[in-house]
Amino acid sequence: MSRMAATRDGYGDALLALADNPKVVVLEADLGKSTKSLYFRKAHPERTISCGIGEQNMLLVGAGLASSGFIPFASTFAIFTERAFEQMRNGVARPNLAVHVCGSHGGTHTGTDGSSAQSIEDLAIYRTLPNVVVMHPCDDVSTKALTMQLPELGGPSYMRTARNKTPVLYDGRENEIKIGKGVELIEGKDVAIIACGVLVHEAIAAAKTLEEAGVSATVVDMHTLKPLDGELIESLAEKCGAVVTAEDHSIIGGLGGAVAEHLISTRPVPMERIGVQDRFGESAGAEEMLEMMGLKSHHIVDAAKRAIARKA
Amino acid sequence: MGEMSISELEEMARKCRIEICKMTHRAQAGHPGGSLSEIDILCALYGRRLRVQTSNPKWEDRDRFILSKGHASPGMYAVLAEMGFISHADLESYRVKGGVCQGHVDMKWCPGVDFSAGSLGMGLSFGMGCAVAARIDGSSRNSYVMIGDGEMQEGSIWEAAMSAVHHELGNLKLFVDCNGIQNDDFCEVQMRMFDIPAKWSSFGWAVKVIDGHNMNEIVGAIEWMDTISDRPAVVIANTVKGKGVSFMENNPAFHGAAPSDEQLVQALSELGVSA
Repeated sequence: MSRMAATRDGYGDALLALADNPKVVVLEADLGKSTKSLYFRKAHPERTISCGIGEQNMLLVGAGLASSGFIPFASTFAIFTERAFEQMRNGVARPNLAVHVCGSHGGTHTGTDGSSAQSIEDLAIYRTLPNVVVMHPCDDVSTKALTMQLPELGGPSYMRTARNKTPVLYDGRENEIKIGKGVELIEGKDVAIIACGVLVHEAIAAAKTLEEAGVSATVVDMHTLKPLDGELIESLAEKCGAVVTAEDHSIIGGLGGAVAEHLISTRPVPMERIGVQDRFGESAGAEEMLEMMGLKSHHIVDAAKRAIARKA
Repeated sequence: MGEMSISELEEMARKCRIEICKMTHRAQAGHPGGSLSEIDILCALYGRRLRVQTSNPKWEDRDRFILSKGHASPGMYAVLAEMGFISHADLESYRVKGGVCQGHVDMKWCPGVDFSAGSLGMGLSFGMGCAVAARIDGSSRNSYVMIGDGEMQEGSIWEAAMSAVHHELGNLKLFVDCNGIQNDDFCEVQMRMFDIPAKWSSFGWAVKVIDGHNMNEIVGAIEWMDTISDRPAVVIANTVKGKGVSFMENNPAFHGAAPSDEQLVQALSELGVSA
């Protein structure tokens, strides 16, 4: 049984580990207990700025700090970052100020809080902004590894983390995690399953089921949606001839959109997208939500078979 | 640079008004009204107070000036040219492809600009971030911000207003250019704001109300701000939109409209330029 952990804990651990850099500051909007920035706050209250329940102000306070040489990390729920989208667009991305935004509790996997809290569009909207790096890691180790790389980035970023625990994949494998580089977790030749976040685990389960049916599937953890690892995607399209994307996010504009946009101009192959079908969620358990939204491993298996069947 | 006298500041403002009219006329676009209402305050701030280095615009320990009402960029560009951050020839690049004088002030394009503006309600939060940074750095530098009165209709202004007091940012100084006019009409028509000083007082700011075109009062208000160190300070400056050009004064049409050829001649004449 593998260790279970939530990606948001990896974020909290990373902030604490980054605290040796005196330029690192943390901004909160009354959800530090949830996003796990509270670890940093407890250790370094002098470099933690409470912005109250005011996300628009928080992002621009971050921009002001970044323009003055600091490295601000601002977190709240993914859904509430969206309230400050224009601040992110005009105040952070446009002047290319290195504010690092973390939206926790992303996706329908957030569960019983219901549809208002289940951001299913964050990855899509932030991906449209020039200069912004967009990430959605699948376990606490990779979340920590990615967060630790952000101070060197020199530009803004958005990272979605998840509320609930998932299996840990990368214990002892931190060095494999690089911003902008997908990780090939399973190698196969018939279909490439490209997943992010919570659905990486579903993709792995799907590959095992497919293997039993005699189908050899590659599984990639595409933790960075932007910049997209186009080289890896093209090579997988070449090798496997069919692609399935999987994400706990709208099928519009997220990982599926990014991969489709890339392949259509490079190496078009039959492709299926697993994601939320242009609808809102509701209150239910995390696993129940994945089932309801069509995001479980058996949905990925079916999609893989459809994609393979469409090969010329 | 030595301290500028009141009459020197007034003369600087007159020259800037001329440039504002010329810039918007040349571009046949832009925002002369709010540039003319803010310009006396900008001249006093730059001429009398801001610790900045024209030879090193990115000097880390400079005072910050954040023009949140970034559409009033002609006023700021005129002042930056007077100060020597940019040349007077650069003013001809206002709204022109590749020019340092972008439509709205932009820190990525123009030397001496500390904030990329354009969207109302953002500068006060940014200025607060600069003020927090100064505090963590242990620096005495200040963060000055200017917003418009219509801009106070943006909810995010009040997020920042509450937050800056909570953090006791004595190094954050705000000017509100109360010219009474916004894009579509008078503020009284669009969205009444009632007792503006009382609003800021109730949030916990130190508040002073002045005539934003009286250079003595402006300089006095800047010196008053220096005395406030335990909380943010705001100067509510009552101004006239289009101040200095008769047909623009208090005229909503000149929020975002350029003078015609004939109007430019008249404006320059009123500002003491012989034909």
